[in-house]
Amino acid sequence: MITVSLEIQILFAFLLFLIGLLGLLVRRNIIFMLLSIEVMFNSAGLVFVLASSRWGQTDGEIMFIFILAVAAAEVSVGLALILQMYHHYKTLDADAMNKLKD
Amino acid sequence: MTVTIAFIPALPLFSFLVLSLFGKWLSHKAVAYIGVGSIAISALLTIIAGISFLSASPAQGFFHSTLWQWMNTDGLSVDIAFHLDALSLVFIFVITFVGFLIHVYSIEFIADDEGFTRFFSYMNLFVSSMLILVLADNLLLMYLGWEGVGLCSYLLIGFWYKDPANGYAARKAFIITRVGDTAMIIGLFLLFIQLGTLNTHELMQQVPLKWAEGSPMAVLIAALLLGGALGKSAQLPLQTWLPDAMAGPSPVSALIHAATMVTAGVYLIARTHVLFALAPVVQTAIAVIGALTLLISGFSALTQHDLKRILAYSTISQIGYMFLALGVGAWSAAVFHFMIHAFFKALLFLGAGVVIFVLHEEHDIFKMGGLRKKMPVVFYTFLIGSASLAALPLVTAGFYSKDQILWFAWSSNRGSVWLWLAGITGALLTSVYTFRMIFLTFYGEAKNEPHYKPGPLMLVPLVVLAVLSIVGGFIQLPENFGHIQLFSKLFESIFPETILSRGKSMELIFQLLSAVVSLGGVYIAYLLYYKKSPLAESFEHSAVHDFFYRGWGFDTLYDKVFVQPAVWLSEINKKDFIDSFYNGIAYFVLFYNRLFSSMQTGKIRWYVMAFSVGIIIILTIMFTL
Amino acid sequence: MNVIFYIAAIVAILSTIMAISNKNAIHALLYLIVSLLAISIVFFILGAPFIAALEVIIYAGAIMVLFIFVIMMLNIGLEEELEKKWLTPKMWIIPSILAVILLIIFIYALKSFSAQASGHVISPKQVGISLFTTYLIPVEISAILLLAGITGAYHLGKQKKKVIHRFLIKK
Repeated sequence: MITVSLEIQILFAFLLFLIGLLGLLVRRNIIFMLLSIEVMFNSAGLVFVLASSRWGQTDGEIMFIFILAVAAAEVSVGLALILQMYHHYKTLDADAMNKLKD
Repeated sequence: MTVTIAFIPALPLFSFLVLSLFGKWLSHKAVAYIGVGSIAISALLTIIAGISFLSASPAQGFFHSTLWQWMNTDGLSVDIAFHLDALSLVFIFVITFVGFLIHVYSIEFIADDEGFTRFFSYMNLFVSSMLILVLADNLLLMYLGWEGVGLCSYLLIGFWYKDPANGYAARKAFIITRVGDTAMIIGLFLLFIQLGTLNTHELMQQVPLKWAEGSPMAVLIAALLLGGALGKSAQLPLQTWLPDAMAGPSPVSALIHAATMVTAGVYLIARTHVLFALAPVVQTAIAVIGALTLLISGFSALTQHDLKRILAYSTISQIGYMFLALGVGAWSAAVFHFMIHAFFKALLFLGAGVVIFVLHEEHDIFKMGGLRKKMPVVFYTFLIGSASLAALPLVTAGFYSKDQILWFAWSSNRGSVWLWLAGITGALLTSVYTFRMIFLTFYGEAKNEPHYKPGPLMLVPLVVLAVLSIVGGFIQLPENFGHIQLFSKLFESIFPETILSRGKSMELIFQLLSAVVSLGGVYIAYLLYYKKSPLAESFEHSAVHDFFYRGWGFDTLYDKVFVQPAVWLSEINKKDFIDSFYNGIAYFVLFYNRLFSSMQTGKIRWYVMAFSVGIIIILTIMFTL
Repeated sequence: MNVIFYIAAIVAILSTIMAISNKNAIHALLYLIVSLLAISIVFFILGAPFIAALEVIIYAGAIMVLFIFVIMMLNIGLEEELEKKWLTPKMWIIPSILAVILLIIFIYALKSFSAQASGHVISPKQVGISLFTTYLIPVEISAILLLAGITGAYHLGKQKKKVIHRFLIKK
C-alpha cells in the first residue's frame, strides 16, 4: 500500500507531460514530434489510472484502454502521413511544410 | 417693348448654353453663326429699344421688365428684373455694338485655334453677364453679373491654358478683383441691413432720407462700394492685374479689358451716385485715386516694350480720367468718355492684335517697324484710334470727351486746380506714349516681315470703329463751340447738374491749353522716337525707366507684403496635420496587419509554441482568479 | 513501497528526457521503451495490474515497434548531421522557460488539493465486467475507430505510380 500523496503522483504525471511538450517544441524532426506526442498521451492516461486507483473504481482504467486505442489509431495514421511527406518533400524537416503561411 | 428687354441678355446666354453643351458636334461655321449671330440680334434689339426710348420718352424715364421673383426670404425680396434708363441704354449700346464688331473680328483671329468653340461660348457668356450687370434692377442681380464677368475674365485670360504663365495671370486677375468684390458684398450687406431693400431705384430714393450728408454709415458703405469698383476697374491700389491680363487673346483684351468689364466700376458709381453725393470724403477720394492712377500708369506706359502692355496701362490711365470725372461730380462727362474710350480702345487693341498676329506673335515694339506701307488699312485705323486717344483737337472724339473732363476737374465745386494739373499732365503723357507707339511700330525700317494679309472680317470692324472714334464726339460739343448737348440731355432725369464754382468764361483758355498739350506731346514723341534722339536712348537705360517699367514697384510690394506671407503660412501646414491623423490610422492598421500576418509562419513548431503560450495564459487566469 | 514508486518515477523521467533529446532515432525510441516499462511498474504499485500488462503489450510492444518499423523503412540513420545542426542548446531556452512557467502554475494550483490513495487492487475481472456492461457502446465505437485507422493508414501508405494519359506523353 503506497502512501505517496496524490499531489506528488499527479505532479509526476505532469512532469512527464511537460517533457513531452518540451520535446514537441524543440525538435524539428517529424518522427520525434510524434514521439513527444506519444509521451503526452501516456502521461494523460497515467493521470486517469491514478484517479481510478484513488477511488478504487474501474472507470479510470477503462478510460486508459480507450486512450490506448486512440493512440494506436493516431500513430498508425500519423506514420502513414509521414511516409507520404517523406515521399513528397524528401526530408523529414517539419519546417519544410509551411505552405499554409500568409 | 418691355418684354424684349429681357431678350437682350438672354440671347447670348442661350447661345452660350448651346455652344457649351453641343459645341463638340457643330462645325466651325455653325459655331460662328450662333456665336456672332446672338450678339448681332442683341445689338439689333438694342437699337430698336434705343429708338423707342429716344423717340417716345417713357414715363419716369425708364423701361422696366420683371421676369420672375428670384428669392423672398426674411425681408430680402429680389426679382429677376431689368431696368432700362438712359445710363443702361448707353452701356448696352456700347456692349452689344462693340461686342458684335469684336466677335466678327474674332472669327478670323481665332480661326485656326483648337479652342474655337470654347472661345465663342466664353465670349457669349461674358456679354450676357455684362448685359445683366448693366440692366439689373437691383444690386444683387447686378452682383450676379459682376461675378459672371469676373469668371469670364478668368476663363478668357487663361484661354491658352497650356502655358502656365497664362494661368498665373488669370489667377492674379481673379484674386485681385476678388478683394474688391468682397468689399462690395460687405457694402451690399450693410445697405440691406440699414434700408431693407436692394432695389436700386428704391435705394436711391431712400438713401438721402435716411442719412444726412457726411454721416458715417453712408461714408462706410460708399467706401466699400468704391472698393468693389476699384478692383474691377483696375485703379489704385488694385491695378496690378490688368497689364498681366494681356496674356489673353487680343479680342479678349479689346472686349473685356478695354471696352466693357473694366468700366463696370464706373457704372456702379454712376448708378449709386446719390449715395456718393452723401459722402463727400469718398467722392473726393475717387477723384484723387483717379488722378493718381492716371499719372502712375501714364508714366509706366512711357517705358513699356510690349505693344499690348502699353495699351493696358493706357486703359488704366483713361479709366482714371473717368474716375476723376465721377469724383468731381461730372457724371455725364464720365459716361461720355466711357463711350468714346470704348470705341478707340477697342480699335487700338484689335489693330494691335492684327499687328502681333501678322508678325508671328511678336509683341516687342522695338522689333517692329516699317509697317506703314505693308498694311495701310491697319495703319490708318490705328492712327485714327491713337489720335483719339491722344485727344488731337477738333477732329477726334477723344478731344471733346477728355476736354470736358479736364474743364470740370477745374471748374466743378468739388474740383481743384491740382486735379486739373494732374489731368493735363496725364494728357501730355498720353500723347507722348501713344505716338511713341505709332512711330516705333509703323515707321522706320522693317525689322520683321508680315506673313499674312488680314481679311475683311478683321479689317471691316477696324474701319467701323475708326469712323466712330471720329464721329462719336460730335454729339456733345461744349458750350462755346456749338453747344450740342445731345448726350447730356439724355441724363437729365438721372444725374444732377454739375455745379460749377469758378470761371465759367475761361472755358476757351482751357480748351486751347488741352489742344496745345496734345499737339506738343506728338511733337515730343516725334523728336524722341522718329528722329531717334539720344535722349531717348539714355532714358531707356536709366533707373527711373526701370522703376516705371515695373509699374512703380506695386507688384514687388504686393508680392512681399501679401504673397510671400501667404505662401509661407501654407507651407507650414504642407503636411496637413489633419491629413496625418487619417494617414496615421491607415498606418496603424497596416502595421498591425503586418504584425499579425507575420505570425502565420506555416511552421508547426511555431503553432505549438502559440498553443503553449495560450495554455499558460488561460491556466494563469483560471487558477488565480 | 514508496521507495519503489520514487525509483520508478525518477527512471521514467530521466529516460524520457534522454528520449526526446537524443539525436539518433532508434536510440530515442529505445529510451522511450525503458520509460514505458518504468511507468508500467508504477501502474503495478498503484493496484492496476491489468493496465500495467496492457501498457507493456500495446504501448511498448505495438506502437513503439510500429515507430521502429517506419524509421527503418525510411532509412533515416544517415541524417544525424542534420539533427546536430537543428538541435543547438540555444533552441532549448525558450521552451524550457515556458515549461517552467507551466510547472510553477501547476504547483500553485495543486496546493489547494489533498487526497489519499485508497489502495484497492483492481482485478482484470472487474475491468472486463465494466467494459462489457457499462461501457459497451464506447467499445464498439473504438472498434470502428480502429477500423478507420487501418483503412486510413493503408490508403495513405500506398505509393501510387503517376499515370499520365497516353495523349499527354511528350514523345
